[in-house]
Amino acid sequence: MKKTYKIDVDCANCAEKMQEAARKTKGVKDAVVNFMALKMNVEFEEGADEKTVMADVLKNCKKVEDDCEIFM
Amino acid sequence: MSKKQKKSLIKILVAGALALAVNLIPYEGLLEGTPEIAVKIIKAVLNLITYLIVGYETIKKAVRGIMKKQVFDEHFLMAVATVGAFALGEYSEAVAVMLFYQIGELFESYAVGKSRRNISNLMDIRPDYANVLENGELVKKDPDEVAIGSLIKILPGEKVPIDGIITEGNSTLDTSALTGESVPREALEGDEIISGCINLTGVITVKTTKEFGESTVSKILELVENASSRKSKSEAFISKFAKVYTPIVCYAALALAILPPIVLMIMGRDANWGEWIYRALSFLVISCPCALVISIPLSFFGGIGGASREGVLVKGSNYLEALANVKYVVFDKTGTLTKGVFKVTDAVPMKDWVEKSELIRMAAGAEVYSSHPIALSLIDACDVKPSQEDTKDVKEIPGHGLEAVVKGDKIAAGNAKLMKSMNLSVPDISEAGTIVHVAKNGEYVGYVIISDEIKEGSAEGIDGLKKTGVSKSVMLTGDARKAADAVAKKLGITEYHAELLPEDKVNKVEELLSNKGENEILAFVGDGINDAPVLSRADVGIAMGAMGSDAAIEAADVVLMDDDPRKISKAIRIARKCMRIVYENIWLAIGIKVACLILSALGIANMWIAIFADVGVMVLAVLNAIRALNVKRV
Repeated sequence: MKKTYKIDVDCANCAEKMQEAARKTKGVKDAVVNFMALKMNVEFEEGADEKTVMADVLKNCKKVEDDCEIFM
Repeated sequence: MSKKQKKSLIKILVAGALALAVNLIPYEGLLEGTPEIAVKIIKAVLNLITYLIVGYETIKKAVRGIMKKQVFDEHFLMAVATVGAFALGEYSEAVAVMLFYQIGELFESYAVGKSRRNISNLMDIRPDYANVLENGELVKKDPDEVAIGSLIKILPGEKVPIDGIITEGNSTLDTSALTGESVPREALEGDEIISGCINLTGVITVKTTKEFGESTVSKILELVENASSRKSKSEAFISKFAKVYTPIVCYAALALAILPPIVLMIMGRDANWGEWIYRALSFLVISCPCALVISIPLSFFGGIGGASREGVLVKGSNYLEALANVKYVVFDKTGTLTKGVFKVTDAVPMKDWVEKSELIRMAAGAEVYSSHPIALSLIDACDVKPSQEDTKDVKEIPGHGLEAVVKGDKIAAGNAKLMKSMNLSVPDISEAGTIVHVAKNGEYVGYVIISDEIKEGSAEGIDGLKKTGVSKSVMLTGDARKAADAVAKKLGITEYHAELLPEDKVNKVEELLSNKGENEILAFVGDGINDAPVLSRADVGIAMGAMGSDAAIEAADVVLMDDDPRKISKAIRIARKCMRIVYENIWLAIGIKVACLILSALGIANMWIAIFADVGVMVLAVLNAIRALNVKRV
């Protein structure tokens, strides 16, 4: 399953970091952060609960870049 | 400006004013009699306050980065450089570096926000509501909640929220947001209309045929919003580059600060630590990679956005990059280069008492009850439409044609077989197309040629491709060789392959793909109807006429909103302009930086040049990147 979330982040480099962090999160098959459109596309692994996974994604993103936000 | 930007602007202004004041105060005059060391301390404290106003956030971020083991980023570079400069007593330089760095950041975020808004404005096609007719009353609803088959009313000035068919009313539609075409289209009762257009003149009632999520407008928005997620090679290169670059630069700076003085000490000369550290700090300031990191995606964003304003939707920056290198363009004929609609192209009377128009009218008269495309094209070609009342006793002969009595005359219209069965001989015909022979009262009178019509823009489109430097245009078609040859000749296409089945088209494209050079890109242009496999097999699949065909939107990499073949060369030119800007920025940024890095290592460039190499280059690169959005006259 794929979903798109609006995000807020300051710089392209930070967006890249968010992408890395999201990809490493458990339950995420693939994630792409689009800095210019301020969007994050997340592809979930089968059977993953998107709400708990996204909470982890946000936590991991905050770890690498605390000035970021994911609107769910 | 956003709140964050305003806050940062105020900080910059306050700190800027303070910095000027701090450096212009005539300390010696004011503080006469105070010891020199006290003056120094006062100066340092005032500078420190200014520095913290503008640089506190950056320092905080750098410290947090270190704590999170995300050490090497631009905040770190800036923090080390400025703190170091402070330690060396270069107060005003430290403040200036931080101040200009913040100005650069503000400019960058403003420019990005601006082009973001620019593009969302131009894609402002998302309808907010639909007026649904329920029990004779109009109810405003979220388009998402409207079921298929609902009746919606669209007033002049409103957007068409969902695809559907007009059941009542006539109007004109502005499709410019979708196609870039500024001439409004007519929409009459019974016409299918697509969402995203703006209703201009009349009130229309529309029966919806799709859900909002499946409607054209949703598909397009999805495509545009997800476009830059697919990254190009140059973008991937830059983000990889930035990852290894910053650590390398930091270690290089460290080496520059430590090694030369040690060598000098060993050689028994003055180590001059301060000078080397200063050089290393300038080195750090110069090396900040922000110019590259921001300007490359910004260029692609602008290029894709600008293209969509022209009705060319590109699904990702990788495809924009590929589009710029297109060397071969393979066309599907029907529906792409031709209209896919039959039309009478010529009539050849064989008797001197028959005129062309008379010949067509005879054939049309016989076919007047038929709804076959050939019959329709015949009727369409008459200046005076034949009346059904004049035609009697129609006899259809399957596989041959038909016979009828028109105004008392016995007319036969059909193929050569029909004429043969009547013992009439027909001439050899070399023209391509469908031939309708006509006989009147048992006498052969001539034939009408009906063929698929070439699109207005096709010849110009092919010519445009040649001018843009595409080395070869190839046409593929399932049609007969004669018909293909005629079209190819008219359009100036040298290579064509006719009588192909759909799977033959894939094979042909495979063949072309294996024969081309590695960096040459092959694009396939089709109308999305039954050529989806070929669209996905080509390096770049270009689908035409997305107005109405969502299969095309799915299968292709590039979608032309209208079906104008001239847009292909335009798309290539837009892509080329964008790539040119991308390369300009890469070379500009890396070139100036490398030059300044060398100069600073040699001690020729001071901190002020370093600031230019960082902020100045970034501003230039961003300004250059913004040009990619402007594609009107490409």
